[in-house]
Amino acid sequence: MKSILIEKTLKLDCGKEISNFPLAYETYGNLNEKKDNAILIFHALTGDQYASGINPITKKEGWWNYAVGPGKSFDTNKFFIICANVIGGCMGSYGPGTIDPLTNKPIGTNFPVITINDMVNAQYNLLDYFKIEKLFAVAGGSMGGMQVLQFVSNFPNKARVALPIACTASHSAQNIAFNELGRQAIMSDSNWKEGLYDEKSTNPDKGLAVARMAAHITYLSKQGLQEKFGRNLQERSDLKFGFDADFQIESYLRYQGSVFVDRFDANSYLYITRAMDYFDLTKQFSGNLSKAFKDTKTKFFIISFTSDWLYPTSENKDIVIALNAIGADVGFVEIKTDKGHDSFLLDVPDFLSTIKNYLNTTYSNINERRI
Amino acid sequence: MKEEFKVISRFIEEKSRVLDVGCGDGILMEYLSKNKVVDVRGLEISKEKVKKCLSKGLAVIEGDAENDLKQFPDLSFDYVILSQTLQAFMSPEKVIENLLRVGKKVIVTIPNFGHWKVRLDLLLKGEMPVTKNLPHQWYNTPNLHMCTIQDFYNFCNNKEINIYKTISLNGEKISNISNSNLKYKNLISELGIFLLEK
Repeated sequence: MKSILIEKTLKLDCGKEISNFPLAYETYGNLNEKKDNAILIFHALTGDQYASGINPITKKEGWWNYAVGPGKSFDTNKFFIICANVIGGCMGSYGPGTIDPLTNKPIGTNFPVITINDMVNAQYNLLDYFKIEKLFAVAGGSMGGMQVLQFVSNFPNKARVALPIACTASHSAQNIAFNELGRQAIMSDSNWKEGLYDEKSTNPDKGLAVARMAAHITYLSKQGLQEKFGRNLQERSDLKFGFDADFQIESYLRYQGSVFVDRFDANSYLYITRAMDYFDLTKQFSGNLSKAFKDTKTKFFIISFTSDWLYPTSENKDIVIALNAIGADVGFVEIKTDKGHDSFLLDVPDFLSTIKNYLNTTYSNINERRI
Repeated sequence: MKEEFKVISRFIEEKSRVLDVGCGDGILMEYLSKNKVVDVRGLEISKEKVKKCLSKGLAVIEGDAENDLKQFPDLSFDYVILSQTLQAFMSPEKVIENLLRVGKKVIVTIPNFGHWKVRLDLLLKGEMPVTKNLPHQWYNTPNLHMCTIQDFYNFCNNKEINIYKTISLNGEKISNISNSNLKYKNLISELGIFLLEK
């Protein structure tokens, strides 16, 4: 597992300072000589640095395997893709699961509360590490999109292109409510022990699984669920008049919950959802989102999905409106799909091909202009 | 590229900021950004066309002029272009007002309902005209508010909108329209292209 050690002090939004902490990352493709083909990809709530190919830890496909790879939307034959595990995460970066050398136990809830801003500032160190003066692009969906917005706001001249997908500039009450539901599920599991669990056998797996099940519903659309599952029964011809998984949808959710706990840490789930809830770029700029992008020359391409009710088109459009108000270079399209918020992770050909063409054309346009 | 776009691009000075409302496939946008070094943005209602534009790397947003023009600040563009869509809006009057608010200059193209073929269709056949520029039947046309070059002239006069220049397009024939030849041009022009200013 690749990682950099960030030695210099990072002042967190909560006031605490951290230094000498690891940031795990993965790269795909090659950085060219001019170092102008790098794309920094930000992952969503439960993602990690393994965007493409087979994740060496879970042995499953990377979370953005549809989009990242040779000849794909983010073409690794052309671009150098960097993806880091966010701080607070549980795939090698500094997080609540990191072992505290003093106690030899996981830091747990002694880990400081972090924000999207903190995550982005930590990842900015990767530019220094790879000696990249300017990224070609920053991209991400959902929480990854929030990081894109925060990155461009913090570093207005460090990316030529920004692709915030299915996200928001300000986490809504509904978003916070769903996250709180997940956190409560974890914290009410008796194995949680105020976040100081440390034995594999006593993890709050049940709580975490319920959190995942609830969240999973929010990533899909009603129509998508109905078409995929309807009222189909699970390996039985009649209702059993009990509380087993009679319906396929129940069995599906239980499965999603059970596989999730194998790869994700419950405390990381608490910290990362908290960071999302605290995200309010509009408030950071006293109610005027346009100010967040005041000095930027970055070219924006914003994408939303018709059936995404978690980060709906209207919230994505608010970002478009804020950018147009300051004459920024912005493109926007709402992709038609019934796959819900999860669309950005799935095989949605319209979405994948539009990104691919946009990036390829923009990259060659920029190079033509330089000649 | 069609004659209409050639006329429009002649109106536009180099290194200016342009908004193409109803930019379609982005053909005019591409031409302008390559040949006039302009900073050009587009607004388009059709998802398919927006995707085509974005695939070309053009800064196009999905939206419609009646709802989405309001997000652009006053006089934020040197030119705003509206090509052959004015007649399809619920309220062309409000759209024109908004175009003039957003752009220092506005270029509007209208399919001319005063063309002799249109007049003849109604006069002789007694049927709603169907022509090359107006190919729909009355029951499926998106065109809610057809007008003639003369009508648009009158509209601008009433609203105290300055008409800088008017071009007549008849097939590939391009000519100037002035007060003295207006009645005649209103009869022979298929399209009228107006350069306006508040």
